[in-house]
Amino acid sequence: MAKVSKSPWLLHYDASSCNGCDIEVLDCLTPKYDIERFGIINTGDPFQADIFLITGGVNSQTESVVKQIYSQMPEPKVVVAVGICACTGGVFKECYNIKGGIDTVIPVDVYVPGCAARPEAIIDGVLKALKVLDAKQAALEAKGR
Amino acid sequence: MVMKAIYVILFLIFAPFIGGLLDGIDRIISARMQRRKGPSIFQPFYDLGKLFSKEMIAVNNVQLLLNLSYLVILVIAGAMLFAGADLLMVLFILSTADMFLIMAASSDSSPYANMGASREMMQMMAYEPLTLLVAVGFYLTTGSFHVGTIIQQPVSAVLWMPGLLVGFMFTAAIKFRKSPFDLSTSHHAHQEMVKGITTEMSGTTLAIMNIAEYYEMVVILGIFFLFFVNSTWWSWIVALAICFVLFLMETLWDNISARLKWKTVLYGCWVVTLVAGGVNILILMLDK
Repeated sequence: MAKVSKSPWLLHYDASSCNGCDIEVLDCLTPKYDIERFGIINTGDPFQADIFLITGGVNSQTESVVKQIYSQMPEPKVVVAVGICACTGGVFKECYNIKGGIDTVIPVDVYVPGCAARPEAIIDGVLKALKVLDAKQAALEAKGR
Repeated sequence: MVMKAIYVILFLIFAPFIGGLLDGIDRIISARMQRRKGPSIFQPFYDLGKLFSKEMIAVNNVQLLLNLSYLVILVIAGAMLFAGADLLMVLFILSTADMFLIMAASSDSSPYANMGASREMMQMMAYEPLTLLVAVGFYLTTGSFHVGTIIQQPVSAVLWMPGLLVGFMFTAAIKFRKSPFDLSTSHHAHQEMVKGITTEMSGTTLAIMNIAEYYEMVVILGIFFLFFVNSTWWSWIVALAICFVLFLMETLWDNISARLKWKTVLYGCWVVTLVAGGVNILILMLDK
């Protein structure tokens, strides 16, 4: 059985981030960090994605978008919340328009704190998510049989 | 007859593996050109394995069927090429296969997929004239459209049709989906229309599309092969080596060029067709 963690394709969405974490996510693609060595592709298509990577807390405008993208991704899938805002809402937690962390809308598998999260931390979080991804795939197969 | 059957069976079995390996080599070399480490050489196969294991999300029932038709018709075209059949027929069937891909992309409501489909049609308009001229060039050079006859000439066809080779190298970038001509969909992530023609394809459907692309890669390299091969045995080795070098040149071109606008692609291909292909055909008609 082919392991899904051998070729995880990643979808990056900015829920309401200040772009600090977004730039760190893009840093992971640069020659210094090069996440493609793990077979990771930064795709723009939820239909083809395995990892949903979100930066920033959820507000009332992005809530439906986050839910829709999540529903469009085929199983098995994992969600990684990058940055303290995506984890808990961060400094914006008490704002009138912020719902809080990503886990107030969809289930989150891996939390990567930091402001902004460092590229090393993001890669570490994504690799932790790969283990969750494999476990989910195994669970799906067990259920299928 | 037996030899023909062996070639066809070898093509059917090994073409996806060769295509996948070439894709893996392409990705590593691209990464090294950008000073990155790059994925494993077997990454395309890991991708295929994953795609087949994913949950099936289909926007409609017909897309998988149309993608399968794309694969099957491409395989038929390739099998005919490797059986030594009519080159003109092979090229026509190749275009038919592409029509099924366009239908698969147009079968859903995604604006990105539809835009990809219309760009794919535009790309066909760009490369199709030269592809036909290549077939005519082989006829004028060797006196036959039959691949079996073309490969048994005393001298390689490229001596008579260098202009057509240059033109075919130019337009092959469209078939390989390489920059600057990767308008309808791109191997590289993030472009202005998500994934273009493959936007609504996921899991098994996308895997079938990828396998078809690997077959197509081998068919296109097979046509390059025809330019260099002749009746001597060592020309086969030379032709194989040149095919590999041409593939690496496409990778290089992919990495040093940015995507062009569709008008530039269309007119660029037509100018190359007219200048390199047309002049070559004219000389062949007058001199052969």
